[in-house]
Amino acid sequence: MTVFGAGGGTSSYREIEDADLIIFWGSNAREAHPIFFHHALKAIHKGAKVYSVDPRRSKTSEWANAWLGLDVGTDVALAYGVGREIIHAGLVNKDFVANATIGFEEYVAACEPWTLEVTSRETGVPAELIRALAHDYAKAERAQLCWTLGITEHHNGTDNVRALCNLALLTGQVGRWGAGLVPVRGQNNVQGGGDMGAIPANLPGFHDVGNPEHRAKFERMWGVTLPSKYGLTLSEMMEAMDEGHLTNVYIVGENPVQSDADSSAVTRRLENLDHLVVQDIFLTKTAALADVVLPATAMWCESEGTFTNSERRIQLVRKALEPPGDAKDDIEIIRLIAERLGHAWPIQTAEQVWDELRALSPAHHGMSYRLLKERGGLQWPFPDEDGPESPFLHARLWEKDPEKRGRPAPFGIVEHKLPVDKLNDEFPLRLTTGRRLTDYNTGVQTAGFNSPIRFGGCVDLSPEDLARLGIDEGEVVRVTSRRGSVLAPARRDPGLRPGLLFMACNFPDEVDVNSLTIEANDPIAKTAEFKATAVKVEKITKGQTKEKRVADTTDHGGRDGELATADQEG
Amino acid sequence: MNAPYMAPADTPVRQVTITIDGEEVSVPEGSTILTACNEAGKDTPTLCYGDTLTPKNACRVCMVELKGSRVLVPSCSRKVQPGMEVMTDTERVRHSRRLVLELLGSSVDLSTTPRIPEWMERYNADPDRYGERAGESLRRDVHDPGEHHAGNGSIAATMAQPDKIDNDLYVREYDKCILCYKCVDACGPQWQNSFAIQIAGRGFDAQISTEFAVELPDSACVFCGNCVEVCPTGALSFKTEYDMRAAGTWDESQQTTTTTVCTYCGVGCNLELHVQDNKIVKVTSPHDHSVSHGNLCIKGRFGYAHVQSREKDGSS
Amino acid sequence: MDLKFSNAEPFAEERDAIDRRLGGPGEDGWDGGERDERDHRSAQTSLPAWSRRHLVLEALHAVNDRVGWISPGALNYIGKRLSVAPADVYSVATFYALFSTNLRPKRIVHVCTDIACVARGSKEVCEGLEKRLGPAGAMNGWKHSPCLGVCERAPAALAVEAGDPPHEHLIGPATVDEVLLALNNGPAALAAEAPPVMAVPQAGQEGLVLLKRVGQVDPESIDDYLATDGYAGLRRAFEMGPAQIISEVKDSRLMGRGGAAFPAGIKWESTAKQPATPRYLVCNADESEPGTFKDRALLEGDPFALIESMTIAGYAIGAERGYIYLRGEYPRSYRLLRNAIEKARERGFLGANILGTGWSFELEIRRGAGAYICGEETAIFNSIEGYRGEPRSKPPFPFEQGLFGKPTVVNNVETLYNVPLIMQIGGAQYAKIGTEGSTGPKLFCVSGNLVRPGVYEVPFGATLGEVLKLAGGVPQGRTLQAVLLGGAAGGFVRADELDIPLTFEGARANDTTLGSGVVLAFDDTVDLSGILLRIARFFRDESCGQCVPCRVGTVRQEEALLRIVHNHGDAGAKGRDVGLLRDVGLAMKDASICGLGQAAWNAVESAIDRLGVLKESR
Repeated sequence: MTVFGAGGGTSSYREIEDADLIIFWGSNAREAHPIFFHHALKAIHKGAKVYSVDPRRSKTSEWANAWLGLDVGTDVALAYGVGREIIHAGLVNKDFVANATIGFEEYVAACEPWTLEVTSRETGVPAELIRALAHDYAKAERAQLCWTLGITEHHNGTDNVRALCNLALLTGQVGRWGAGLVPVRGQNNVQGGGDMGAIPANLPGFHDVGNPEHRAKFERMWGVTLPSKYGLTLSEMMEAMDEGHLTNVYIVGENPVQSDADSSAVTRRLENLDHLVVQDIFLTKTAALADVVLPATAMWCESEGTFTNSERRIQLVRKALEPPGDAKDDIEIIRLIAERLGHAWPIQTAEQVWDELRALSPAHHGMSYRLLKERGGLQWPFPDEDGPESPFLHARLWEKDPEKRGRPAPFGIVEHKLPVDKLNDEFPLRLTTGRRLTDYNTGVQTAGFNSPIRFGGCVDLSPEDLARLGIDEGEVVRVTSRRGSVLAPARRDPGLRPGLLFMACNFPDEVDVNSLTIEANDPIAKTAEFKATAVKVEKITKGQTKEKRVADTTDHGGRDGELATADQEG
Repeated sequence: MNAPYMAPADTPVRQVTITIDGEEVSVPEGSTILTACNEAGKDTPTLCYGDTLTPKNACRVCMVELKGSRVLVPSCSRKVQPGMEVMTDTERVRHSRRLVLELLGSSVDLSTTPRIPEWMERYNADPDRYGERAGESLRRDVHDPGEHHAGNGSIAATMAQPDKIDNDLYVREYDKCILCYKCVDACGPQWQNSFAIQIAGRGFDAQISTEFAVELPDSACVFCGNCVEVCPTGALSFKTEYDMRAAGTWDESQQTTTTTVCTYCGVGCNLELHVQDNKIVKVTSPHDHSVSHGNLCIKGRFGYAHVQSREKDGSS
Repeated sequence: MDLKFSNAEPFAEERDAIDRRLGGPGEDGWDGGERDERDHRSAQTSLPAWSRRHLVLEALHAVNDRVGWISPGALNYIGKRLSVAPADVYSVATFYALFSTNLRPKRIVHVCTDIACVARGSKEVCEGLEKRLGPAGAMNGWKHSPCLGVCERAPAALAVEAGDPPHEHLIGPATVDEVLLALNNGPAALAAEAPPVMAVPQAGQEGLVLLKRVGQVDPESIDDYLATDGYAGLRRAFEMGPAQIISEVKDSRLMGRGGAAFPAGIKWESTAKQPATPRYLVCNADESEPGTFKDRALLEGDPFALIESMTIAGYAIGAERGYIYLRGEYPRSYRLLRNAIEKARERGFLGANILGTGWSFELEIRRGAGAYICGEETAIFNSIEGYRGEPRSKPPFPFEQGLFGKPTVVNNVETLYNVPLIMQIGGAQYAKIGTEGSTGPKLFCVSGNLVRPGVYEVPFGATLGEVLKLAGGVPQGRTLQAVLLGGAAGGFVRADELDIPLTFEGARANDTTLGSGVVLAFDDTVDLSGILLRIARFFRDESCGQCVPCRVGTVRQEEALLRIVHNHGDAGAKGRDVGLLRDVGLAMKDASICGLGQAAWNAVESAIDRLGVLKESR
C-alpha cells in the first residue's frame, strides 16, 4: 500500500479476534480464505459487528449483520459516500487526520458530491445502510477493513484500494492493535513474491529498481551492474507481445492460457512467440504451447524455501517428498540456466539464498532459519534477531513526536469509473467471477482430489432471472460476452439479484469463463477486470448444441459431445 | 516501521502453587490441574481433552482426587487454586480410571486409540468381564430417547455398527467413537462453524450424527477434516488411512512427518505431511500454530493429490 | 450464518404452528417474507445470528403438539427461522422423549411403568394393552413412560392428542378401557381429571402452611388468592428491600427442597453480589424424580403463590426476568400457571413497575419435553437456552455463570413456596419451625402401597413411621417390606427403621437421604428386584450420555441386574455381578459429571446392603 510506504496487510490475524467491527469489502473470506475467517469468527462470537460489501450475498455476507449489495465496480463511489457521511456526521478522527495525514482538504472536496442519495443511486445500496456502515466504522473501537480480489480485480483496482485506505485515515482505524487494513492474498506467496522483488519496479526487500542507491547495494553484493529500467508487468508483456517487441518468454508456474482474461487472445500471443519456455509442475495448457518445458518440483512439498502470508509472516516450506522423474528444484533450475548462459553460480541451499536476502533486506534481516523454525514463522519487519515481532504496521502514525511519526500518509484522490465492459441492450447482464471453497484457480491442482461438494463449472443466476428467461436449474445455457461464448449449466443462487451472474474461475476445462472476461487492466497493478463482464444468457434451442462448452483453444470434444447429446435428449 | 507488540494479553501472569501427591508444583494462574500434573511429571491419561478445544470433560479418564471435594474432579478442566491438594494415584483415582477404561473398552473398539494397551495394563482394566459383546446394530441412527430394549443382560451393549463410507475423503467408524464431542466442537462454534454434526439421541444410544443421519455430502459438511484432526480414537480417519489399514499397508514406523505451508491461498496455514513410501498418506496441522490452530480447509487437507498424480500420468 | 438445509419443506400446519410460536416471518425477503428490490441489495439483522436459539425447544413443542412428530421439513423451517443448523435442531429434538423425529400417530398414551405405579398395578394395565394394541411402541399408540408425577393416583397414564389445540390428559388410576377410549375417541372423551385437591388428603386442615390454599381456593382466581393472604409476602418484601429479604431468608435457614438441600439464602446472596447483569431467576418445576409429585400439587392447587414467591426472589437478587421450567408432562400446571401469570400481569403484580415500586419483573414458562436430567440445575439452563439438556461442569457455579452465562438462582418450587411465609413471619420465627438442622414445614410425597397416598405437609422432625401413619399405613392384611426414600436417586430403608427422623440431619445420621421428599412404601406383594430393574432401566434411559461413567455405567448396571435376576441359582456368577455392580457404582458415584450419574447406584446399593435383596433372590 503506497499510502503508508510498505505493501502489506497492516494487522495480524490474531487482531481481528479482538475487533469490534469487521468489514469484508469485496471479500468472500468464508469460502476463499476459510482459516482467516476462523479468526473473524472468534470476534463474531465475542459480539463483533460485521458488514459485507459485495455484489453477491456470499457465504461471508450470510455471517454479516448487514450486507451491502453494491453494483459491480462502484466501490470508489461507495467509499466516497461513506467518507462524506463520516465527515458530515462529525465523526472524523481530527487529531489523527491532523497529525498523521496529508491531503485532507482535497479529500473532503472530492467527497462532497457523494451525498447518501447520490451514492445510493450510483451504487444501488440503500442510503441508510451506507450511513450505518459509515457511523459504525468511525465509532468502532477497533475496526478491521478486509478486502480481496473483489476490490483489486477491476480496471481501477488500485483506485479501489486507495479509496478504502482513505476511510482508515479518516477515522484512525489503522496502526493500532485490532484496527487495520487487511488485504487477504489470493495465493500462497503473492506477498512473498512481491516482497522478494517479483514486481517490475522492485528489487528484493522493498528496494526500488529506479533508485541508484538501492541498486548499488545489490550491485556490490552480486558484482554486476543492474539495469535501471523498470520491467514490464504481465499485461504490459501481453501488449508487448501484440506489438511484437516481446518475442521470447519464460513462464514460471503460471497458466495464463486459462487464468488470464480473454484467454483466446493470450493463446494467440503465446503461439506467435519465437520462443516460449514454461517451468511448471504440470504439463498445463500453457506448457503445451512451449518450445521448452522445464519440469519443476512442487515448491510446497518437494523443495525448501519460504512463503510469506497475508499477515506478513515468513514461514518455512519444507521438502516432504522426492520429486518425480526429472523434476528439479526452482533454485537448481535457475542455477543450471545461469550455467548454460556462462555463469558458474555456486550450488546453494534455500537457507543460503535466504541468508543472502537477509543481508540485503533490513525488514528480513533478523529472520534466521533457526528463528523461523522455532517461532513458527515471523512477521516482517523483523530487522533484529533479538527484536520484537511486528503484529501490526504503522504504529508510528500515532506517535506524539513528529520525528518519530515520520512521513504522513496521503489521502488518495481517485475517480469513480464504471467498469470498461459496459452493459447495453445486447449484453444486458453483469457477470462477475470468483472462487468456490473446494477449488483453486484454474483447477490444475484441486482437480487432483474428488471433492464431494464440488459442483463444477456452472453459471449462477438469480431466481428472478431464471424465471424470466424460463431456465430450469441445471439446464445448460449459452453465456456470451463481446469476446466469446460458453455453455454452462445454470444454478440458482438467491444471493444474486436480477441482472447479476456469477461464475467460478476454477473449471476452465469445463466452462472457460476467461474466454468471456475482459482484459481491461488496472493502470498501476495491472490486474485484469475479472470481476465485471457484460454478457447475455440464452436458452439453447435444439440443433444449436454443437457449440463448444469450452473455448476454441482447448480440446475436450468428447466430453462436450456427451453433454450436448444429453441436452438434446433432455 | 517497527511497532511495539501491544496485545492486550501481554500482561504478566501470577504463579499458583498446589501440591500433587504431596509435592509442590507452580503453574501460571488459570492453568488446569492437568497442566500442573504434566509439570509435575505425572502422566495422566486423557481421551476427550483437546489442546485446541474447550475441555468437555466427558470421558472422565483424567479424574484426580482433590482434598475437600466430595467427588473426583476432572484434571483437564478444573483450574488450579492456591493450596489445592491433588492426588493422582489413590485407590479411588485408580478405580475410576480403571472403570472408565473398562466401560469404554467393553463398548467401543479402541484398537486405534493411542496408548490404550499401556493404560489398560497400568490400571488393571479388564473390559472383557462385562460379558459377550453385542454385534453390529443397524438401528443406531434411529432415535427413541428414553426407550431401549433391555434383553436379559447376557450380551453387553456396544457401539458396534457398520462403517460409514459416503465420500472419498474420510470415513466414520462410529464403533470406535467414545462420544468425546471433540468433532462436534471442532465443526461447531469453536472452529469451523459449519455445524454439520452434533450428538443425536440420548444416553447410551447417543451417536454423532448429521440431521436425520443424512450422508455427509448431503449435510452441511465442508470436508475441512478438522473433525478428523481432533478425533482421539480413529473413529474418524482419512480414507487413505482407512484403505491402507484395510489392505494392511498402513505402517506408521515407515512414515515421516514434515511441516510445510499450504499452497492454496495467502493465509499460510501450516501442514504436516505424513509420508509413507514417498506418498502423502495424510495431512494434519500443528495445533500450536497461530495461523491455523490445527485447522485446515478442504484444499489444504485433501488437495495434495495432484503432486502424486504426476508420476501416474507420466506428465511430470 | 451460512447454514445449509435440505430441500425438505414444512407442511402447512407445521409452518403455521411454528409461525404462531415464533411470530410470522418478517417482511424481509431474507427472513422468509416476499423477496423484493430491497432484498436484492441488502440484508440486515441487528441481532447476532444465534440470538433466537433459545426458542428451539419451544418451536419443537409447537410442531410436536400440532402434528405429533417433527418432520425433516419442519426441522428445516425451525432451523431457518432461528438461524440454527439442522443437525443442531435434530440433536435437540432427539434428546427429549416427548418429541419424535419418526412418523407417529397423533394420539399417544404414555403409560407410567415407574416404581410407584408398578407397586399399584401398572404391569397389569400394560399386559392388557399389549393384548389389545400390541407391544408398547409409538406406532401402536402407546408407550411406556417414566414416572408421570401422579403417584397418588397410580397407575397413571398421560393421553396426548396432537392438534390445534392439542389435548393432554392425565389419567389416574388408569385402566385399559380408559387408555383405549383415549386412543379411539381422543383424550377429550375421557372423564374430567381428578381435581388437584385429590393429591392432598390433608387439604383444609388447620395449621397447613404450604398447602393451605390447596382445595380451598379456585386456582384460577387471583381474587381468591388475594383474599387468602395472597401477595402479603410481596408487600412486606417491598418494605424490606432486597438486602433485608436476603438476610431474612438466611436467618430462616431455608434449605432447598429439590434434593440437594443447599441453603437458599446463601444462594441468593452470592448471586445478588455478582456484578454481572442481567441476573436470572429460574424455578425448577421439572419435577421428574420417580415418586415425586409435591410440586404438581402446589402448582395445580395454588399457582399464584409461585408467581408471588418468584417476584420476591427476583426482587431480592436483582433479576428482572424469571423462567419457570415446567415438566412437559404437567399439562394442567401449564394451563394454570399461564393463567396465573396473565392475571398477575393484569393486576400489576407482574410486568413493569410492580405495585408502583418501580421494580419490573417478567416471568416466562418453558416446558420440558421428557428428560429427567433437565431437573439438574445446570442442565435446566441448557434446556431453556434451546440446547440438549446436558449438565454443565461446575465450577463455574450458577451464581457465577448460569442461564445465558449470567448469574442465576435456581430454586425448586417447594423452596419458593416458603418465601412468602418467611417474609410475613420473619426468618427467625420461621427457623423455629422444625428442627435445628432442618427448619420449616416440609412436603412428603407419600405413595406406594398405602391407604391414603398423597402429598403430606409436616413440620420437619416427624419420623418416617409418623408420615406413613398419616397416609394410613399399608392396607390391612399386608406388611411393609421396605420404603424408598428420596426417589430413584435415593435409598431404601427397612421396615424396621421407621423411627428415622425425616430431617436432613436425621437422614444423614442414618446413612440415607430425603432427596426430594419421596416416601414410597412397598408391601410384601412387591417384587423388589423388579423395582431395582425398573430403577436401573430408568437411569439408563435418562442418562444424557455425556460422560462415560454414567452413559456406559448405567447400561452395565442394568445388564448386571438382569443377569442376577435371570441367573437363578448360580451363586458364583451372582457374586461376580454384585462385585461388578459395586465397581461400576463407585465409579459412577465418584466420576460422573452430575448428580444423576452420582446417584444412579444409590438405590441399588442400599437394596443390596440394607435390604439384602439380591442375596435373597435365590
